[in-house]
Amino acid sequence: MLGWELPPHHAGGMGIACYQMCKELSSRGIDIEFILPYTADFSIPFMKVTSSSALSATEVMNLGGVYDSEYFERQGLGKQFSSHHDYFARQVAKLASSAEFDIIHAHDWLTFLAGMEAKRVSGKPLILHVHATQFDQSAGGSGNPIVREIEQQALLMADHVYAVSQYTKNVIVREYGLPPEKVTVVHNAMEVTYEELEADASNAYKYLVEMKKRGYKVVVNAGRKTIQKGLTHLLDAAQLVVRQQPKTLFLLVGGGEQEEELMEYAAEKGISENVLFVGWLNGTGKHWRDSFKIADVFVMPSVSEPFGLAALEAVGYGAPVIVSHQSGVAEVLQNCYKVDFWDKVKMADQILSLVEYDSMRDEMWQNAYQEYKNISWGKSAEIMHNTYSQHAGVSS
Amino acid sequence: MSKKAVVLYLHAHQPWRVKPYSAFDMGVDHFYFNDESDGLDTNNKFIIDKVSEKSYLPTNAVLKGLLLKYPDFKVSLSITGTLIEQLEAWRPDVLKSFQEIVATGKVEIVAETYYHSLAFFYSRAEFVRQVAAHAQKIRDVFGVSPTAFRNTELSYNNELAKWADEAGYKAIITEGWDPILGWRSPNYVYKPVQTHNIKLLMKNYKLSDDVAFRFSDKNWSSWPLSAPTFSHWMSESLHADNGDIVNLFMDYETFGEHQWADTGIFDFLRSLPHEWTTNGGTFKTITQAAEAYEPADEVDIHHTVTWADTERDLTAWTGNAMQQDFMHSLFSIESEVMQCDDVSIIADWRKLTTSDHPYYMCTKWFNDGDVHAYFSPYTSPYDAFTFSMNALRDLKLRLLWSQEGRDN
Repeated sequence: MLGWELPPHHAGGMGIACYQMCKELSSRGIDIEFILPYTADFSIPFMKVTSSSALSATEVMNLGGVYDSEYFERQGLGKQFSSHHDYFARQVAKLASSAEFDIIHAHDWLTFLAGMEAKRVSGKPLILHVHATQFDQSAGGSGNPIVREIEQQALLMADHVYAVSQYTKNVIVREYGLPPEKVTVVHNAMEVTYEELEADASNAYKYLVEMKKRGYKVVVNAGRKTIQKGLTHLLDAAQLVVRQQPKTLFLLVGGGEQEEELMEYAAEKGISENVLFVGWLNGTGKHWRDSFKIADVFVMPSVSEPFGLAALEAVGYGAPVIVSHQSGVAEVLQNCYKVDFWDKVKMADQILSLVEYDSMRDEMWQNAYQEYKNISWGKSAEIMHNTYSQHAGVSS
Repeated sequence: MSKKAVVLYLHAHQPWRVKPYSAFDMGVDHFYFNDESDGLDTNNKFIIDKVSEKSYLPTNAVLKGLLLKYPDFKVSLSITGTLIEQLEAWRPDVLKSFQEIVATGKVEIVAETYYHSLAFFYSRAEFVRQVAAHAQKIRDVFGVSPTAFRNTELSYNNELAKWADEAGYKAIITEGWDPILGWRSPNYVYKPVQTHNIKLLMKNYKLSDDVAFRFSDKNWSSWPLSAPTFSHWMSESLHADNGDIVNLFMDYETFGEHQWADTGIFDFLRSLPHEWTTNGGTFKTITQAAEAYEPADEVDIHHTVTWADTERDLTAWTGNAMQQDFMHSLFSIESEVMQCDDVSIIADWRKLTTSDHPYYMCTKWFNDGDVHAYFSPYTSPYDAFTFSMNALRDLKLRLLWSQEGRDN
């Protein structure tokens, strides 16, 4: 398996998804060697982690990650990023020419070149796992042409493709011209449970705890602050909400190039005091978890979201969610509000009904949580296991 | 006929800077101004120590020598309540050096808001309270009562002049900005419209900025500037329009902090009184100048003028949406703060009214931006906004607690 990150040395949801799916696949008797572009300490009992470079995780993340495709270029500033990407492909090809294995499973564009090289030297089947495309990351634009080219070439060469949602499969078929039968939907899942969190009653957001005691409600979004995430639309809705219900606070967790623009945007709307920007938080830490736990509502207004793991995470931590129709998670979760990312009035309406009616809020979450517990990596692993078998003859 | 006079006015101020105060500090840590991190520019004590050594102590030493040596030499000084508080806490020796120059009887202390705030533009009641608090502090520390007024950043308009006139001040000062002066020269005393007794003195920004900004600029055609040359320029300026006074208004920290000692700024200051008085000139304080000269004309200023940036307006403090939102949130709780019985809440609220906080949120990066960046302890205006806004949120929570009668 080829990936760009694994927790705790990761920048986003993809590392977490890789970790959890490998755990499930391995429990089904599949031997996994996970090849990373950096060296770091892992204590992962269920698979072998191989480092293909001496660089540290921080060094590689500073060069760029899967989310930084816009900075990827063959010359200029992005050159180092690009050359590490090439280096990874060469190292993987070296490993592939000597190791014994049946399937190459590569996650997102940064590992696609390596996947193609591995297929070339070994002749083994290549399965690509698409968590996000250039189409998503540029919020429906064409994105970085070099990256788009890598994606296109790899998707054509691949023996099979996994998409994290039907939404993503549609993008791959429509934008990259793949035949639908070559693409299988493998939904993500999330492994946190509300029950185990209940043990830790304290919350690091003391201010929000105090305000909630006084009748305030907290609306949360967590994720990278980029155009893909549609947060200006959330602030548009927030303005309408605050006008109606001033005791609503919005907590925006996560860093990104759009963060400062969003601060100014909130100020222009005159709602700065109701909007808290927290910046980047470690996705495995208490502050991150407490951001979900403090939520009365979690909103994910993404313009184009292949899956949207954070919304599932929110349900796992006890919050009902509002997700955009333009997200993959909307396919697997029914007990939630769905809204077009651009429809600020409807979004405001949905937020207001959840912050004003506790009965409705509790009911929605209870039902979502039942759904959530049924969304497991087990089903997804079964689907993957089947395609593995078809392509490599691995018997179960 | 009175002698031609230089009115040298120096402004000393330090704010209580807000520490990097995160969303997780809110509700837990109620101290916003107590950063003790080594070498961080939000560590107020660190800044006070640095500026004391580089500027306040050496400048006061030079001024004291000049005041004792030259009978004609006089200085006007404004010193904010927030600076006095910090000197009392950490550098009583520096406060003593200020008291010593005032004790010569040749230094006029100018009135202003205690907190160096823009309260005049948001709340007249709070403005009056802050001016009164400053006057009281000046009486307590220096034993004098001010008779001239300056508002924060030399901000000024007709309304302010009317207020100062009614409050009994003899003089008020502002920027001598060309669009306002029109054909007039800053080298005269003026009378604000619709006032009775008060006089207006306007900064000669060309000559003031030669010292305050250009002094160490090696690309400037007149570098290095000597006291005889500068004295000659002042004579020329007065000769050109037959003026009475040269108003040199600048930050106190010009000496040693903005212009470091190695630029020769202290030698320049040390030589200036000799050069000027041997040429037949004298020095006056602001009030003395107001009393000595007849107003040349009436001045009518509707729109607020300040001494900042190329625009000379309030946009450095209230120009962007974040600044406006912060100021609005701050002053929207004024009456509740005043009614609460917890003095620490009132004191912290007032510390947040200091104009430096919105100034750090300024996003005018271009021509003026480098000046803003130089004066900001934060890496970005967005950090400044986040930390100050978080502190304000916590303050509001304390206010709620206090209203609920809860001890926390």
